[in-house]
Amino acid sequence: MSDTHAHSIAFVRDTEIPPSPPPAGETGAVKWLRENLFSNAVNSALTIASLLVIYILLSKTLPWLLNGVWTTSSLAECREVLQGKTGACFSVLTERWNQLLYGFKYPSDQYWRPNLALVLLLFAIAPVLFFDLPRKLLAFTAVYPFLAFWLIWGGTILAPIVALVGFAAGAFVFQTYGKSSFAVGFFGAIAAAFAVWIIGGMLIPDGASDNAMLQAVPSRDLGGFMLNLMLGVTCVSLSLPLGIALALGRQSDMPLIKWMCVVFIEFVRGVPLITLLFVASVMLAYFFPPESTVDLFLRVVIMITMFSAAYIAEVIRGGLAALPKGQYEAADSLGLDYPQAMRLIILPQALKISIPGIVNVAVGLFKDTTLVSVISMFDLVGMIRGPILASTEWNGVYWELLGFAALLFFVVCYGISQYSQWLERRLATDHR
Amino acid sequence: MSELMSDRAIDRSKMQVSDEVAIEITNMNKWYGSFHVLRDINLTVNQGERIVIAGPSGSGKSTLIRCLNALEEHQQGKIVVDGTELSNDLKNIDKIRSEVGMVFQHFNLFPHLTILENCTLAPIWVRKTPKKEAEERAMHFLEKVKIPEQAHKYPGMLSGGQQQRVAIARSLCMMPRIMLFDEPTSALDPEMIKEVLDTMIELAEEGMTMLCVTHEMGFARQVANRVIFMDAGQIVEQNEPEEFFNNPKSDRTKLFLSQILGH
Repeated sequence: MSDTHAHSIAFVRDTEIPPSPPPAGETGAVKWLRENLFSNAVNSALTIASLLVIYILLSKTLPWLLNGVWTTSSLAECREVLQGKTGACFSVLTERWNQLLYGFKYPSDQYWRPNLALVLLLFAIAPVLFFDLPRKLLAFTAVYPFLAFWLIWGGTILAPIVALVGFAAGAFVFQTYGKSSFAVGFFGAIAAAFAVWIIGGMLIPDGASDNAMLQAVPSRDLGGFMLNLMLGVTCVSLSLPLGIALALGRQSDMPLIKWMCVVFIEFVRGVPLITLLFVASVMLAYFFPPESTVDLFLRVVIMITMFSAAYIAEVIRGGLAALPKGQYEAADSLGLDYPQAMRLIILPQALKISIPGIVNVAVGLFKDTTLVSVISMFDLVGMIRGPILASTEWNGVYWELLGFAALLFFVVCYGISQYSQWLERRLATDHR
Repeated sequence: MSELMSDRAIDRSKMQVSDEVAIEITNMNKWYGSFHVLRDINLTVNQGERIVIAGPSGSGKSTLIRCLNALEEHQQGKIVVDGTELSNDLKNIDKIRSEVGMVFQHFNLFPHLTILENCTLAPIWVRKTPKKEAEERAMHFLEKVKIPEQAHKYPGMLSGGQQQRVAIARSLCMMPRIMLFDEPTSALDPEMIKEVLDTMIELAEEGMTMLCVTHEMGFARQVANRVIFMDAGQIVEQNEPEEFFNNPKSDRTKLFLSQILGH
């Protein structure tokens, strides 16, 4: 207080007024209800109508869920237990659990192999998804495909080792010669890999798979949700790099490369996936040498990968087009060459812009793996429509089975979507 | 606004033009489709020169300096930069680009990298400088442009003037022998223009060879040793700044100067 006011002011408060509580109606649940649910007549009516709808939905579904029967061995027994009451027959899920997850031909004493492959998948995929993890973990990611192949298909361990050595030889050749000339390194790497594969293929003795450590399981014995997951993971991880290559190829100054990419993308995108799958199951055999039996799983993977790569390429092209021209010019003016500019400047930004689109394609692709049921592969939907619903015990159990399939797919797809949102937040650098 | 002058005295002791030729352009022509953008450009720039290129918009000044590091292709004539001829040979182009720094109107920083990473990227990948050394050098130049404290922020968090100073530091980290400025202050507020011009003046005082497209006539008067006036894709007039501003020869130059300095 300054002196000038000291005698002109009659009263100076020397203690603070204690804070008083807000009026009762202005806090807590009551206030929230009044502001959000009953702020005016229309809102109140809508609130009551919504409550009514929720009540009707729950009153129909809850008894069905809660009265569910889990332990019977056929639909008829379910009906007996329920005695006319509403109730789901979840017994089909417990009784056919293994068939739903692994298909009906995978040897049941070998289920630990796909299970182990799934657990290892989580470790292999973690450093790719979460790039704050130490980069050394990527070594396991590189080995994982071969390990998973050996675990799931079994047979001789020599086959995946030869495949791995082939890739390693290719990578080595590219590292050594790719620096001086990209073309020499690139084609040299392909030649080296094929040389290793052909020589290695001849070295593997004919009966190597007969008494192998892991019993060999042919591709047609794979099935259930396992097959969906295998197709989904393989095709997404293959189609992303292929899609990037196609998108860059489409922007290339070299007419031959550009037109090859344009024709590929436009052709594959213009054809329904189911057509491609029929081609894979029936016609593709004509394109391979008669004595070679290219695996059906591999053929399907090729087709789905091509299909989604074409879509991903277009999504990424959108991301590339969204980048200001100045970014290319700045990269050029600093003396970065084309691969460096793409890898360090252009693609990180273009891919970031494309995340929602890429995730869209990935989720769609994962769900499209159920289409293989039309070419008589017994994936989750194929199992449900085929062996399970056709059996005398479970003929007619639709809601429980298809609801379960929907739930499995929803969990995975929702997970992908949540990851992509985390990724977008993590990569946001334009905040102030 | 065009008469923004630096308020400090300029140290001219190191601003010396050597006999060594930095850039030589002979009979250069360029077309965009059928539009003749640059006509018969002949220009020799010596090491240590500070050249301001002025002219109305659309006169080809930006195109001219963008040709010098092959961001634009010229169709006729010869450009020799630092002893290397610009041709279609990608090796030559990359060599010239790593010797010639460029600063853009819209900064063009890489928004997904921090300021420090922006500055170390090219030295590490193009010059193969060890990371630690590149970071030390980057910090040195960031201190020089007076923003070392922003090193770990992203470009989106900085003001325009700060971003442009980072862009200058990023170019300097490549230790270029020539710096090109393409309207470096045109996208900035007056207050920020001054901080960027001060940085450029400091650079000139250290004897850097600079080619600068700008409308800052105050900068041209104070720092340039030669002003080039372009119109319709041609070099109309070039002279020392004193002569250029006080005693312009061609009518086109007089008109331009009266418009840009008249108010």
